[in-house]
Amino acid sequence: MPVNFVPSGAEMLRILPEIILVLAGTLIMIMEPLTRPANKHFLGKFALASLFAALWGSVVAHANPGPAFQNMLIVDGFDTFFRILVIVVGILTVLASFQYLKREQSDSGEYYALILFSLVGQCVMAGANELIMVFIGLEISSIATYVLTGYLRDDKRANEAAIKYFLLGSFATAFLLYGIAWIYGLTGSTNLTEIRSALMDLQTSPSVMLVGTAAALMLVGFAFKVSAAPFQVWTPDVYQGAPAPVAAFLSTGPKAAAFAIFVRVYATAFDSISARWEPLIWISALLTMVIGNFAALVQNNIKRLLAYSSIAHAGYLLVAMTAHSEIGIAAIMFYLAAYALMNVGAFAIVAHFSRRRERYLQVEDLAGLGWKQPVTAGLFAIFLLSLIGVPLTAGFFGKFYIFKAALEADLLWLTILGLLTSAVAAYYYLRILVVMYMHEAGEPASTLPPPGAGLKTALWASAVGTLILGIFPSLVLDFAGRSATLLK
Amino acid sequence: MLEGYIPIFIFMAVALAFPIVALSLSKLLRPAAPSVTKLEAYECGIQASGGARGRYTVRFYIIAILFVIFDVEAVFLFPWAVRYRQLGWFGVAEVAVFLGILIVGYIWAYKKKALEWV
Repeated sequence: MPVNFVPSGAEMLRILPEIILVLAGTLIMIMEPLTRPANKHFLGKFALASLFAALWGSVVAHANPGPAFQNMLIVDGFDTFFRILVIVVGILTVLASFQYLKREQSDSGEYYALILFSLVGQCVMAGANELIMVFIGLEISSIATYVLTGYLRDDKRANEAAIKYFLLGSFATAFLLYGIAWIYGLTGSTNLTEIRSALMDLQTSPSVMLVGTAAALMLVGFAFKVSAAPFQVWTPDVYQGAPAPVAAFLSTGPKAAAFAIFVRVYATAFDSISARWEPLIWISALLTMVIGNFAALVQNNIKRLLAYSSIAHAGYLLVAMTAHSEIGIAAIMFYLAAYALMNVGAFAIVAHFSRRRERYLQVEDLAGLGWKQPVTAGLFAIFLLSLIGVPLTAGFFGKFYIFKAALEADLLWLTILGLLTSAVAAYYYLRILVVMYMHEAGEPASTLPPPGAGLKTALWASAVGTLILGIFPSLVLDFAGRSATLLK
Repeated sequence: MLEGYIPIFIFMAVALAFPIVALSLSKLLRPAAPSVTKLEAYECGIQASGGARGRYTVRFYIIAILFVIFDVEAVFLFPWAVRYRQLGWFGVAEVAVFLGILIVGYIWAYKKKALEWV
């Protein structure tokens, strides 16, 4: 049967953000060698403008929901939520990068182009309704982030981080691809809806054992991308070695997109075999929370500390994943939005504070910052309090909804253990606050220059966002709740 | 279902058995009197003069990577060429987009002097 490949206008409209981002990224790549070094800062502004255009594009695409390209992509509330989330992360990262790149004397168009390309992959992941699209989106996003990790080429740690990330990442994606191949062999389809109905139909459903193996293989790939235990080992090394704004990006954008496909694949395609994957994710959630929070206790390097904290946050998200309900999915969406804002903010502060070549990365270096630069320190405090989960910040409602979803799914033990580990977490965040406000100011805090305009905008935007989500959570939660029901 | 594979299995068995039988037979029949001259590499090249783990200039890798990119590009064009008539102008437009992005990459590499041998 001949297939009509020509997409309709409506279908093209549904991938408008991706089209805008690809066009802008390609344009930057061609403008890069043609602009004089003095004019390079213009490329960053262009990237910023195109990100806002892509934001507009995802709103336009949302007004026109539905499947596109033979059901390979689907534009629904869930897709739009994650598209907007990753593009906002992109905007904040670009804003926070201007000053950093200038300081490291490596302001170039490629950096912004790679961020845009990575976001294309993440947008594709958000809307993927097909395992092949899942894989392609994941690879587009990953390959760009591997390069971004090693962006500072003369930095030994950045090189090490990039190689580690690349080798382990490709290895993990190979598992994912192998799982996809198994699923195709068992069900004859890579489309999530078709896999779902093939597995639901008890008469023709292939052996649960085999499907379980395939789901487990895919779990390896996803768990690596969201840095869930026992596949979290790369995270601290990569976040520590990567340039701080890139670490901000890595820990939020690709992670949110990876959670988006993780949820979509397991809650739609593998819905009927949830009894087989739920226990695995239960164990992984607990391990992730314990390893992340306890390892963070002994870190002195702030980037490493934030890396372990980001592992711990992946653990909370997996708790909601184990709940396997619509409330759980809405909780994951809300938490990822909250987490993205506070984590980008925290990493942006670290990027600013560390100075050239990232010299000041020890917790003690922050001593006295609260008195020397009250505004910067105050913003950092908001992010840290939100990461702890103090009321009136986004982090509080994020944790609240996650554990509420877990309790409603009768996950009493996981909830108790999760709350205990998040109490442990308070210690290492508070330690930073104590050092900032109660220690004598040292040289690093005294010599900190004020943040530039771009960074200031990023910090204030993240902080205001964190507070708004903390005071009026329903603004995002309502949309998340409605989108979570759209999933099936 | 598996019957179709029987000729392949026979072929594999014969292919495996042939060198084993031939080599072990000749080993049993021939006299063995090795000497230094006999063990030298002859007719197969010259004596090795050093290890194979030398260091190469990084330019080789850049050229190799560029080669891979444009080689893969050509492979991607084959399916389009085979279905050229069915895909029509839509196919032409898609390939134009594909090649356009690659040409941008080429210009970028050219302008960055990746193709110059310094």
